[in-house]
Amino acid sequence: MAEEERTQVEILEENNLIDMTKYINYVSAPQAGGIATFAGTTRDTFEGKSVVELRYEAYVPMAIRCMKSMCSSARSSWNLHSIAVAHRLGSVPVGETSVFIAVSSVHRADALDACKFLIDELKATVPIWKKEVYANGEVWKENSEFAERRLELGKDGIAAEEKSR
Amino acid sequence: MDVTDREIKTKNAECKPTENKGSSVQIKVLFFARARDLTGLAELPLELTSGSTTQDCLNKLVARFPSLEEILGSMVLALNEEYTNESVIVQDKDELALIPPISGG
Repeated sequence: MAEEERTQVEILEENNLIDMTKYINYVSAPQAGGIATFAGTTRDTFEGKSVVELRYEAYVPMAIRCMKSMCSSARSSWNLHSIAVAHRLGSVPVGETSVFIAVSSVHRADALDACKFLIDELKATVPIWKKEVYANGEVWKENSEFAERRLELGKDGIAAEEKSR
Repeated sequence: MDVTDREIKTKNAECKPTENKGSSVQIKVLFFARARDLTGLAELPLELTSGSTTQDCLNKLVARFPSLEEILGSMVLALNEEYTNESVIVQDKDELALIPPISGG
């Protein structure tokens, strides 16, 4: 890997808060004029129901692989300096951040576009699940991005494509 | 776990499940989220005839846990931490994961 390529992906175990500053510092560089970030936070309502918390679990080794792979994809589409992706597991109460992405690039367009790509790609491919907990029940959520991508995921072409990177 | 009578009847004549190690493979199956709710298990060792596909694994799992039918149409499979399809042949010591619809982020 080229010295200039810095990519960090992390799955944080339960009860570890996301330190956004740490990731912003990681992607910062004198030559990078733009840093784009995305923070996903737990909302207080879903379809009129009051959300108590979200609970996350993951197939950790595969989630890390998929996160690294999506970062490689981003690099092949945009000119990026550094990337940091972090996702929490366990309970994430309303208002707290469950996922954080930071991307830096020389010019801002690359970082902004790559940042959007990375959260979209995470929602479509990374094996992480969340359960929405209400006052009177709980339900496993399903990302529409995954439903759209589902039939392509296991095709031979996709795996071969990843191996060639 | 014991091979059930139903499973023996549906296999070819040349299958001898536990007598000859060379003709069977042992894999580990992982259940996540809704799949774990439905089976009550996080993981399960599974023995299959050599040459079995991921579809064969799935058939065996559904036979044991019929409630998995609920997610059959919406889940995907992963073999050794990579997404796969139902026609791939499993090898000894492979890790097969049932991936119900994901919801990260």
